[in-house]
Amino acid sequence: MIFLKLFYKFFSTGLFSVGGGLATLPFLQRMADETGWFTRAQLADMLAVSESTPGPIGVNMATYVGFTTGGTQWGIPGSILGALTATLGLVAPSIIVILIIAGMLNKFGESRLVKSAFYGLRPASVALIASAGLSVALEVFVKPGILEAKWDIGKLLGYFDYRAIILAVILLVLTRYVKFTKKLHPICFIALSAVVGVVFRFAGA
Amino acid sequence: MELLKMFLTFAKVGVMTFGGGMAMLPILEREIVEKNGWATNEELTDYFAIGQCTPGIIAVNTATFIGHKKHGVIGGIVTTLGIVFPSLVIISVLAGIITNFSHLAWVSNAFAGIRVCVCVLIFNSVVKLWKSAVKDRWGCVIFALVLILAVFVDVTPVIFVVLAAVAGVVIKSLEARK
Repeated sequence: MIFLKLFYKFFSTGLFSVGGGLATLPFLQRMADETGWFTRAQLADMLAVSESTPGPIGVNMATYVGFTTGGTQWGIPGSILGALTATLGLVAPSIIVILIIAGMLNKFGESRLVKSAFYGLRPASVALIASAGLSVALEVFVKPGILEAKWDIGKLLGYFDYRAIILAVILLVLTRYVKFTKKLHPICFIALSAVVGVVFRFAGA
Repeated sequence: MELLKMFLTFAKVGVMTFGGGMAMLPILEREIVEKNGWATNEELTDYFAIGQCTPGIIAVNTATFIGHKKHGVIGGIVTTLGIVFPSLVIISVLAGIITNFSHLAWVSNAFAGIRVCVCVLIFNSVVKLWKSAVKDRWGCVIFALVLILAVFVDVTPVIFVVLAAVAGVVIKSLEARK
């Protein structure tokens, strides 16, 4: 029964991948090799689509793999069933583990030990979020190959993406300082940036 | 009734998340903290920290936490289903229709623009969270150390989270002894 196996495979992926959506990728690669449900080339396409659609990447990947795998069995109904089983399999361990932790926090959350643990943990959590942002920023503002410029300032300056930097400065001003726009929903700025990206061909495509 | 509202809100968050779990943070702040008051910025930071070192996807873990906080086990399940619901629908539709969606020129251009925005939004979130998370000199030290290590050393974030929690316990107990 392929659907049971699909659920089981994604359950173990969800259980053992720690630290965000892309952490599931090595598990999916192994799944491709072991089961033959899909190829690694297909997986690369799925990753590209998952990155360019809304929603958490890990969840998108699970849905996509489930959809593809289920479809090999029963056509469209199989695809939908496969998408459901893979996604539910992936999130089931999270739900169980988090519910246990949340229950314990309710019980011991007021204890001195837990409070002082969180006192140290909060700055670390913000730092991890900042580092995630920083790695996106490097990818966005700096062109690949900057290390080859060595210390040649003239060459170095050529490796920055100035259009992206200008857009970022405009967004920064709009989201933080302009009274009329800073209360707008974040999705407005995302939409605006998408339009700017298309109009000015940000990816060069 | 609030359960339905939570499901819809988290589905909305799922739809609006472009470019990975971290990009969800600014949307969560707006929808969960500012609009509905289901959690505080401080709690959101805690959930993200725990989400980083527990199995599964951070966005899903955070959703489960907030659901559990408001409505127990059922709440946790409802919010989790809410956050994955849009992915299920969108990916199924796309996978059924086109396979090389991401190769379209306008899609990659749009996402190049969106990524710039995601950087700015994450920066704004970090500034906001900083105010509730970093209370004193020790907080600054932990923040700086973790940021530098996370950027330059390629290890799992679990280590930083565990070490920071231990550091918190040590600092607090030393302070208590004084």
